[in-house]
Amino acid sequence: MNLHRVRHIVGNYVFVLPALLLFLIFSIYPFYKVFQLSITDWDGISPQLNYIGLANFIDLFTDNPVFWHSMRNAFYVTFLALTVQNFLALGLALLCDRDIKGGNVYRVIFYLPPVLSGIVVGLIWNWIYDGNYGLLNHFLAFIGLEDLSRAWLADSRTALIAVSIIHMWKGFGWGFVILLAGLQSIPRELYEAARVDGANAWVMFRHVTVPLMIPVFILVSILTILGTMQVFDIIIATTGGGPGYHTEVPITRIVSTMIGSSKFGYACAMGVVFGLILLAISMVQIKASKMMRQV
Amino acid sequence: MNTRSALSLTGTANEVNYERVKKLTVSVFVHAFLVLVSFSCLFPLWWAFASSLKTQQTVFTDLSFFPSQPQWQNYLTAWTKANFGLYFLNSLFYTVCVVVGVLLIASMAAYAFSRLQFPGKNVLFLVLISTMMIPIPGSFIALYVLLNKLGLVDTRLGYILPQINGGLALGIFLLKTFFDDLPKELEDSARIDGCGRFRVYWHIALPLARPALAVLAIFNILAVWNEYILAMLVLSAKQLMPLQRGLMVFQGAHITQYPLLMAGIVITILPVLAIYLMLQKHIIKGITAGAVKG
Amino acid sequence: MHSFKKFYELTLLRRFAAIFVLTAMFFAGCAPAQQSHGKTVITVWHWMSDREEAFLELARRYQEQTGIEVRFELYAPSEAYAQRVKASAQTNKLPDVFGILGEKRDFASFIKSGYVANLTEAMNAPEASGGTWRESLFPRALSVNEFLNGNEHGVPFGIYGAPLDVMTIQMVYNRELYRQAGLDPDSPPRTWAEFMAHCEALKQKGIPRFVSGFGEIWLIDALASNFAMNIMGEQKVFDTYAGKVPYTDPDWVRTLALFKEMTDAKVFVDGAVTMVNKTAEQTFANSRAAYAFNGSWCVNVYAGMNPTLDYAPMLPPLVNETNPPRIWGGAGSSLVVNGRSAHVEEAIKFLRWFTAESQQAYLCEKTLNLPSNAKSLGQIPPVLAQFADDMDHVTHPSLYPVNELPAVIEAFDKGIQSIMIGEKSPEQVAEEVQRVKEKEMKKQG
Repeated sequence: MNLHRVRHIVGNYVFVLPALLLFLIFSIYPFYKVFQLSITDWDGISPQLNYIGLANFIDLFTDNPVFWHSMRNAFYVTFLALTVQNFLALGLALLCDRDIKGGNVYRVIFYLPPVLSGIVVGLIWNWIYDGNYGLLNHFLAFIGLEDLSRAWLADSRTALIAVSIIHMWKGFGWGFVILLAGLQSIPRELYEAARVDGANAWVMFRHVTVPLMIPVFILVSILTILGTMQVFDIIIATTGGGPGYHTEVPITRIVSTMIGSSKFGYACAMGVVFGLILLAISMVQIKASKMMRQV
Repeated sequence: MNTRSALSLTGTANEVNYERVKKLTVSVFVHAFLVLVSFSCLFPLWWAFASSLKTQQTVFTDLSFFPSQPQWQNYLTAWTKANFGLYFLNSLFYTVCVVVGVLLIASMAAYAFSRLQFPGKNVLFLVLISTMMIPIPGSFIALYVLLNKLGLVDTRLGYILPQINGGLALGIFLLKTFFDDLPKELEDSARIDGCGRFRVYWHIALPLARPALAVLAIFNILAVWNEYILAMLVLSAKQLMPLQRGLMVFQGAHITQYPLLMAGIVITILPVLAIYLMLQKHIIKGITAGAVKG
Repeated sequence: MHSFKKFYELTLLRRFAAIFVLTAMFFAGCAPAQQSHGKTVITVWHWMSDREEAFLELARRYQEQTGIEVRFELYAPSEAYAQRVKASAQTNKLPDVFGILGEKRDFASFIKSGYVANLTEAMNAPEASGGTWRESLFPRALSVNEFLNGNEHGVPFGIYGAPLDVMTIQMVYNRELYRQAGLDPDSPPRTWAEFMAHCEALKQKGIPRFVSGFGEIWLIDALASNFAMNIMGEQKVFDTYAGKVPYTDPDWVRTLALFKEMTDAKVFVDGAVTMVNKTAEQTFANSRAAYAFNGSWCVNVYAGMNPTLDYAPMLPPLVNETNPPRIWGGAGSSLVVNGRSAHVEEAIKFLRWFTAESQQAYLCEKTLNLPSNAKSLGQIPPVLAQFADDMDHVTHPSLYPVNELPAVIEAFDKGIQSIMIGEKSPEQVAEEVQRVKEKEMKKQG
């Protein structure tokens, strides 16, 4: 009986074994390396390591306002993405979930921005935001608001939001696809039943869709947080973190510390701290979601 | 929608009219909104396509909707110059391997995390998905050292395995979310019929999770198809390189050959869109309802 | 209840598995066979995708002449290349010949790790045709690869790399727009006052003035250090880097104030402060700016985008006429020989051939870069030759006796961006940079 139980549990482990093996081989060593390097002043090239204790971390926490400023920028973009981008994705998913005309076509079109390569996205949006020949300024002039026109990526008041808009435009397709899959997984019978009970569209959304979709909402919001906090390509293709430090994000700081300044060890320390912050945020999210589901 | 209009037939003619107008207005607004968003998504693709038919001199000056002298030969030039013939097959191979690997391994693990009991489950889950969160700046160097120790540098396997590992965290997380929500009744009855864990997972849970699997496949296909940094690190032989290596030919340190690059990008995007078109049917079918009935 | 059998047959995974097996079978038959036994093969790593074709052609010629196979392997873009080189250095997997990206500090670190052969002896050895390898190359291009006695990195004296091309980073002006503004296209501004006057004239005609990729802050750094060296002389700049002169010195404030002056006079094209250089190059190539600050590689870029563009290089305007003008320049890209390679001799021989006159002329013709071999100069296009004329004024951070700390450079460049958007005054930026400097000096101990 006892042996049977042990065999049962071992059998259960077999399911996670392949994932665990890959993780142990390909993730543990790099993780260990990063932690090890974070307490050195390694330059990325030389063969010997020079251990300096927690000096990198102490400097990061006490003497690196630029990094924490970049963190604030990332939070700002993340907040926008969590709200605007995800509501847009949800709205579009809800519309495409119904049997509307051309639904299939829309489904494909909304996935285009994620598919497009960063080069095209950078070129297009640099052109849209351009100060002299930009589409946005042309449009503003057309509707009589030329007073507002400017070089959107170069103005300290608009650079960050301009970059956020690109990020959200490029990213909503991901959320859209996941949310649509979630919506499609909801048994149609539940809607039918609600409809027979005389529920209107809002009531059905509130009492059928939302409760069943909460896990998917959590999933999408965690992915949004992780994806947005680690935003990088778009910044490099448009502002390079400028003007000044107005669009710097943690990853641009880590990369410029690692490559620009050849402070590899310090960059690893930044990576560790940043990773732990992301981990903490995700844990809080997961905890909160568990509480919400119990209610 | 249909049920509701059927109901309103019982009302007076006036009500029917009102309903119809309201429905029409809503429908117009909905479509206007959808078309607007669609336009913003289509525009860059169209721009890339139109640019691919221009010349290096006209690509930023000729802003016409469609170039008056389309340079169709750009596509032929791009294809041959980028050596796409070879790289296409490589990318196809890598994509299939990584996607199958991720789907299989992640779905097994996700199923276990969702349905099965074993000690240390929660900790393990957290550890596995935390790979998503720590952006490792130095990981590439560590990974190279590791692959070198394993003798996997400049091999297909050395390029595939790290990518499977890279896709697992998201895969496990996504699939677990969907497994958690699947009805358990079907699995229970199969178990009563004498099916073992693996058969329940393979024959019942997996088919039910088809929409989620399709989503995961779509994400991973795109990721592998666009990957090039890891390829540059792990591979040396040209015969092993993926598609993105071809696009590099058009992007020098100083010179970018925009029309050829755009032609190359259009060529590389098309298969991804075609596969997406195929897979999104699986997202849409919503087989859950039917399965519960079965 | 057994309806799940139906699903089994439809499983997505199964279809994938079938494709997978088929593809795997296909590839099993064509694993790459690339080991060529017994013969010497020299492997070269590079990141210059736009020169790949020319390199391959030269490799073909070399094999024809000597029977030695040279295998060029391209890893692009440059960030990926840099990762590959650093990772390979950790596992002793570097090829026979490769290029080092990054600053002199990184170069020094590679040398100290034993990965770079000292070429001094080969450079000085007399050639069959008379002269030495060293004499055939531009001295300025060589000095980028040279470590002098007592250098700050502690590297033994010597030349450690062979330059493939040379470059200068300077200003260019659009001659056609000059004509439109009623200015003489043959006399670009020489002094700061002339420059500002020309800008005013251009502005009157509604012609946009000055563009550059200032979003990539190294371009700001280059221009600002040109001005600084002209205003206070090289020595005082080095003294600042060494910590003997503060950034709050009036000469440094004056340097920063130039950017404020240009901003106030609306000299910069809108958005230049965050522009990537490729966009700036489009802007100048399409005559949407009268001046640009760019490297000599721009000849190739402009030729591709607008072959009829009528422009010429000029030096940045002089602020202080008693000091000589300074611009950045030197070797554009260099290759080094792996000191741990089994073919050091053969690799050096190849590099020597690679940088000889006719190969350099071929490379220049194909890629429109300035050749590093002075003898090939006779065969280059006139605009490019004009860039070469300014070689006398060239300096480069790799040649400085002392270099500024990266954190200070960043604070300085980002500070100039802040001036350009009117956020900070030159005095404020000078103080902030000085604060960062003092902090970083303390950390260095």
